[in-house]
Amino acid sequence: MSHDGPLGEFGPLSLHVPEPAVRHGGEPDFSNVNIPEAGSVRRPDVDSNPEDFRDLAFSIIRVLSRDGEAVGPWAGLLNDEQLIEGLRHMMTLRTFDARMQIAQRQGKTSFYMQHLGEEAVSCAFRKALSPGDMNFPTYRQAGLLIADDYPMVEMMCQIYSNERDPLKGRQLPIMYSSKEHGFFSISGNLATQYIQAVGWAMASAIKNDTKIAAGWIGDGSTAESDFHASLVFASTYKAPVVLNIVNNQWAISTFQGIARGGSGTFAARGLGFGIPALRVDGNDYLAVYAVAKWAIERARRNLGPTLVEYVTYRVGAHSTSDDPSAYRPKTESDAWPLGDPIVRLKNHLIGRGVWSEERHKQTEAEILDSVIAAQKEAEGHGTLHAGGKPSARDMFEGVYETMPPHLRRQRQEAGV
Amino acid sequence: MARKTMIEAIRDAMDIMMERDGDVVVFGEDVGFFGGVFRCTQGLQAKYGKTRCFDAPISEAGIVGAAIGMAAYGLKPCVEIQFADYVYPAYDQIVSEAARLRYRSNGGFTCPIVVRMPTGGGIFGGQTHSQSPEALFTHVSGLKVVVPSNPHDAKGLLIAAIEDPDPVIFLEPKRLYNGPFDGHHDRPVTPWSKHDLGEVPDGHYTVPLGKAIKRREGKQLTILAYGTMVYVAEAAAEEHGIDAEIIDLRTLLPLDLETIVESVSKTGRCVIVHEATLTSGFGAELAALVQEHCFYKLEAPVARVTGWDTPYPHAQEWDYFPGPARVGRALAEALEG
Repeated sequence: MSHDGPLGEFGPLSLHVPEPAVRHGGEPDFSNVNIPEAGSVRRPDVDSNPEDFRDLAFSIIRVLSRDGEAVGPWAGLLNDEQLIEGLRHMMTLRTFDARMQIAQRQGKTSFYMQHLGEEAVSCAFRKALSPGDMNFPTYRQAGLLIADDYPMVEMMCQIYSNERDPLKGRQLPIMYSSKEHGFFSISGNLATQYIQAVGWAMASAIKNDTKIAAGWIGDGSTAESDFHASLVFASTYKAPVVLNIVNNQWAISTFQGIARGGSGTFAARGLGFGIPALRVDGNDYLAVYAVAKWAIERARRNLGPTLVEYVTYRVGAHSTSDDPSAYRPKTESDAWPLGDPIVRLKNHLIGRGVWSEERHKQTEAEILDSVIAAQKEAEGHGTLHAGGKPSARDMFEGVYETMPPHLRRQRQEAGV
Repeated sequence: MARKTMIEAIRDAMDIMMERDGDVVVFGEDVGFFGGVFRCTQGLQAKYGKTRCFDAPISEAGIVGAAIGMAAYGLKPCVEIQFADYVYPAYDQIVSEAARLRYRSNGGFTCPIVVRMPTGGGIFGGQTHSQSPEALFTHVSGLKVVVPSNPHDAKGLLIAAIEDPDPVIFLEPKRLYNGPFDGHHDRPVTPWSKHDLGEVPDGHYTVPLGKAIKRREGKQLTILAYGTMVYVAEAAAEEHGIDAEIIDLRTLLPLDLETIVESVSKTGRCVIVHEATLTSGFGAELAALVQEHCFYKLEAPVARVTGWDTPYPHAQEWDYFPGPARVGRALAEALEG
């Protein structure tokens, strides 16, 4: 292609393609991640004017200090028992992930996605919701189910697509669905669920109900047009919805700067839509819970949507199909300045005098036993390539409420 | 019973369903205060309030995505896409979400939504106000696709669509909104008030989804058509003195194969007419089904008369539109075959 524009005083143009601070082979560098002291970010009243706390979209709300103490205006919401329960949920999710990751490697299923490093986000958020509220999750919020005591055996049967799979083998592993547990069917397409969450919330408001919705999205998929449609609809109709962005720094191999562009933060995206936005330490169980509680109350009081960015780090691979050492430093997760959510809550509980290393180890062992027991039970109903599986007949069911004639003919032709 | 335009019939259907069922909500671009650019929702906001019928941002993905969320909650949204040509931003929501929600959640969540949109040309709308994208939806498992051809059916089919437990794409041939159109664009327009199918019963009734209807009994050949092309086919057959059996498909998915097979088996000849482009159009599916099910009864090749495989042009609208002259030639050829 020829250059036929006039060469003026500014010279030729060039395209900017952002790059992460460092790639694989390099030394991890998070010097550009500005981390405020725990307890230093103020807590506005839930009903205060969003114009007065726009700065919170650029900060990070944190509760747990480096010494493991809960400090500042967002602290003090959870008692010992609730915190220990939260710790157990996160530990359960991590153990569950570890076992299922191995099961995938053993060929018992086709695919898996773990939460390593991000356990606090979904586990703490679930505890701030009420029964009847609805999440529209991505593939990395299984903590919403674990923290709501959804049976692990059911989850595993879904992962194995076996004869007891509640989704009859129709969905990719981990794409759970449970209306009873406020967990909308995971699509696998990205960002589509965000606007659905807004629609669900609008419906609740149309019916003068009291339930609220929570939408979930990752940093990378905020670039989808559905994200922007969601913010327009949420803003226009003041929908009772909490719009969560889990910023775990990486969209497979693509660093968050590719989706974020010139915007300072993902949370700041809300401001242009007139949606109040908070940014929170996603590896701090107490901070996640406190911010979730705040945003959920705001929705419940009909004050409208809140955008929340959880700043966290995806320690593991995106899924069982990629190898992070090919695109980021191997030790990057160790250098992540917000630490590990389980270690941080554990240290906090030890500091409170209600937990110990010994008790932690013992709990780990108990959890591992219960996960293994669930796994045995699930595997008794089959794994992807062995044992009981959904029938081929199930493939034809449920496309419509009533099977139309053409599907009936095809089922006959398939001989099932 | 009164004579109504197709616009009034469609409005009547929504009015009746909003009256009967508090879970029915209606929204879309210009749909609330103004009543829609074709006025199909006129008066509904005034009657049912602005939380039941409201204006939406210009975001088709947002409109359908929000409708899916509402349906998951338990509402029955009936949304409008201003022109079928504008539906593509919502295509992912329709194809990947609405169509598969029941299946992928094993019935845990369902999606009883209706997505209405004006379709087809004949109004000098150029390439962005004239398209007939039905085949893009009939290719999708989990959807139902409806194309009414007259006020009576439009009302009954729309009520059935709103009551249906699954997502329905409801394509309204905009050239038929105010009267039947036989393709003779140079002749005066016939209003629905002068046509029997403009008779619309009062109150609630349904025309079942998945059922075609014979518009004309005939012996010489079968014409498969829907929407505007039903009248073009009628005119073409009449002008060429052909005793055609004309089947108005009404619902493309699920298709009433039985009625088609019965007719083609009787006449032995089949001409398919649609306004949409030829290649991979719905006519291809119809032709395949006819040869699979009627091969030994066929006395001539199955013919298709469709829009050309070009974008819908502006100035050349009547060169593009498969009018009665082209359809008539195809009918004559089918009789010779």
